[in-house]
Amino acid sequence: MALDQSFVGRSYPPTEPYEVGREKIREFAEAVGDANPAYTDPEAAKALGHPDVIAPPTFVFAITFKAAGQVIQDPQLGLDYSRVVHGDQKFSYVRPVRAGDRLTVTSTIEAIKSMAGNDILDIRGEVHDEAGEHVVTAWTKLVARAADTEGEA
Amino acid sequence: MTAKIAYDDVEVGTELPAQSFPVTRATLVQYAGASGDFNPIHWNEKFAKEVGLPDVIAHGMFTMAEAIRVVTDWTGDPGAVVEYGVRFTKPVVVPNDDQGAVIEVSGKVAAKLDDNTVRVDLTATSAGQKVLGMSRAVVRLA
Repeated sequence: MALDQSFVGRSYPPTEPYEVGREKIREFAEAVGDANPAYTDPEAAKALGHPDVIAPPTFVFAITFKAAGQVIQDPQLGLDYSRVVHGDQKFSYVRPVRAGDRLTVTSTIEAIKSMAGNDILDIRGEVHDEAGEHVVTAWTKLVARAADTEGEA
Repeated sequence: MTAKIAYDDVEVGTELPAQSFPVTRATLVQYAGASGDFNPIHWNEKFAKEVGLPDVIAHGMFTMAEAIRVVTDWTGDPGAVVEYGVRFTKPVVVPNDDQGAVIEVSGKVAAKLDDNTVRVDLTATSAGQKVLGMSRAVVRLA
């Protein structure tokens, strides 16, 4: 069933702050096998002009996707999450995420499309720090595949 | 931000050093823990096959994380990345054997933009299939 177009433009309340920890960044960098010292060594990060260790570019997805759960699980929207696949992902950075950040995410439904029975949902997550400064925007495109048509053939 | 590559030293067509990233089931379990994405299609073969996949597949976000390393290793400073986007076109299938899969990533400068930034277009393949489409990063050089 096609999603309700009237949800386009709807924003959800900002999330509770997520505090970015040095060890969480280290764990993520190790999981992707990335030995860049800017992720683990505060002195190396400072030498590059950052106040503390920074996070790999895609680290913030864990935070924005969790926030997007407000949209995905909105019973009024009625998305069938069991059929959802990740279509596209994009980030635009004002500055890198870094240890000590307390980040909030405001999710907005940017677009809803229906193509060949698939529902396509574009969610924008605006990430701000504790001072209210914009840090990064994440755009996530989710595709809910058409329901099975067994029995119709 | 202090990229080690100078804007004036690159031109459209400049190739970034290509890299190969191995991925095994153990890699996926570690990534699941670090990212908080515990979808069983990334570690449970039975479940993956039940939902129509050929086998366990890598997290798309894992592939996205590996692909940008070609850019961040080139610039030195990961904070130089201004924009990064991908389309997930094909899954990276990770068999339960000693080899797993390999993600091959190459990149080249596709455009020189304002403010010392360049657009890098990335190509990511696994088992001969293109696994990312429209994979582009904008990065600020020195």
